[in-house]
Amino acid sequence: MPDPEIERLVRLLAKLPGLGPRSGRRAALHLLTRRETALKPLIEALTQADATVGTCSVCGNLDSAEPCRLCADPERDRDTICVVEGVADVWALERAAVFSGLYHVLGGVLSPLDGVGPDDLSITALLKRARIPEVGEVILATGATVDGQTTAHYLTDRLADCAVTVTRLAHGVPLGGELDYLDDGTLGAALKARRPF
Amino acid sequence: MDWTDDGIVLSARKHGESAAVVHLMTRAHGRHAGLVRGGGGRRMRGVLQPGNQVRCVWRARLQEHLGHFTVELVRSRAAVLLDERLPLTALSAACALVDSMFPEREAHPGVHDDLLELFDALARPDTWSAAYVRWEIVLLRELGFGLDLGSCAATGVRHDLVWVSPKSGRAVSADAGRPYRDRLLPLPGFLIGDAPARAADVMAGLRLTGHFLATHGPGAGHGGLPPARDRLVAGLSRSATTSCGINGA
Repeated sequence: MPDPEIERLVRLLAKLPGLGPRSGRRAALHLLTRRETALKPLIEALTQADATVGTCSVCGNLDSAEPCRLCADPERDRDTICVVEGVADVWALERAAVFSGLYHVLGGVLSPLDGVGPDDLSITALLKRARIPEVGEVILATGATVDGQTTAHYLTDRLADCAVTVTRLAHGVPLGGELDYLDDGTLGAALKARRPF
Repeated sequence: MDWTDDGIVLSARKHGESAAVVHLMTRAHGRHAGLVRGGGGRRMRGVLQPGNQVRCVWRARLQEHLGHFTVELVRSRAAVLLDERLPLTALSAACALVDSMFPEREAHPGVHDDLLELFDALARPDTWSAAYVRWEIVLLRELGFGLDLGSCAATGVRHDLVWVSPKSGRAVSADAGRPYRDRLLPLPGFLIGDAPARAADVMAGLRLTGHFLATHGPGAGHGGLPPARDRLVAGLSRSATTSCGINGA
């Protein structure tokens, strides 16, 4: 008969993204057999994260500082705000180190199927930020999906009253992509968005 | 048991960590749901966008089971409209209407074919909005609430038809309808003849179809029409007031 405490630990670990019951058991066993090197540091990190990490009141990013380090960084370009669906997108853009402006996390996209409407997204806060005189450009970096682009079009309408240039990320051939392997939709979008070379 | 069919993606909802429950409008098997393994993942996300034309195989042990879909992309309809604000909203509205109005597993080959024709029409900048209204008229007919716009309900005349009765769905001539004009719905000329579809006519057409979809559609009295259609009407209305035309907006 397995110990109920271990079962509880396995059950909770199995709920984490990427894990299932089997990998949950492996993770639990790993933690319980390496208390000093794995379990205790993990407990400490989780407790610390729970106590300090929160949502930035300016951009919606997750950080232990308020406002977050990205919003507070004086080196960043305050002229440009990049609007993303979630915190994972902020992390992806920061990993790429190609953008030095500020971010705004919407918290999702318009999705009637999931009951997500404009009021469920951080749109009012975005409009407020876009009205700050030093902001000159808003980049809509929502996903290239029907819901993502519907949200982008909706935001473009709402931003029409603000004195900002609204741009969006390009769609088309990915780096290293060969035309032979691309779907017709991506090819069509790439051809449509061609530019002088 | 299993079958293979052509289908159009109506909606895909993530199920668990990587799968998705997908609703397709198939040609021979009607609106049909099934689980797509890996449907919530990166590889399949582009395929399972609303409006995409697919070839699907459905497999289940018993007919009444949800079953599994294997889906292969035939033509990406959504991708070519991503940059077009109102046609993209129209595509979402059309998929949401079919998804909410039709019962599952009831064959409507006409709806499948008409939907593909509509998607072709949405790519034409000058005529897409009129084509969308005509498609909703056809949709009402498929739902069993076809409008009779051929002759006047009161006098039987076949000319000068400018109204529609909100109760019977029959056309009414200008003379016969004058005393009741406040209670009748305007009938735009482009729905019964070759009259041009101006912005105001398209809005009148949407009001007409919207009334019958909301009051006689299967979802009548249960939350109204899908939000995507409301967004389309709002977007067209805004375009009509800010510019002289709405086509190609």
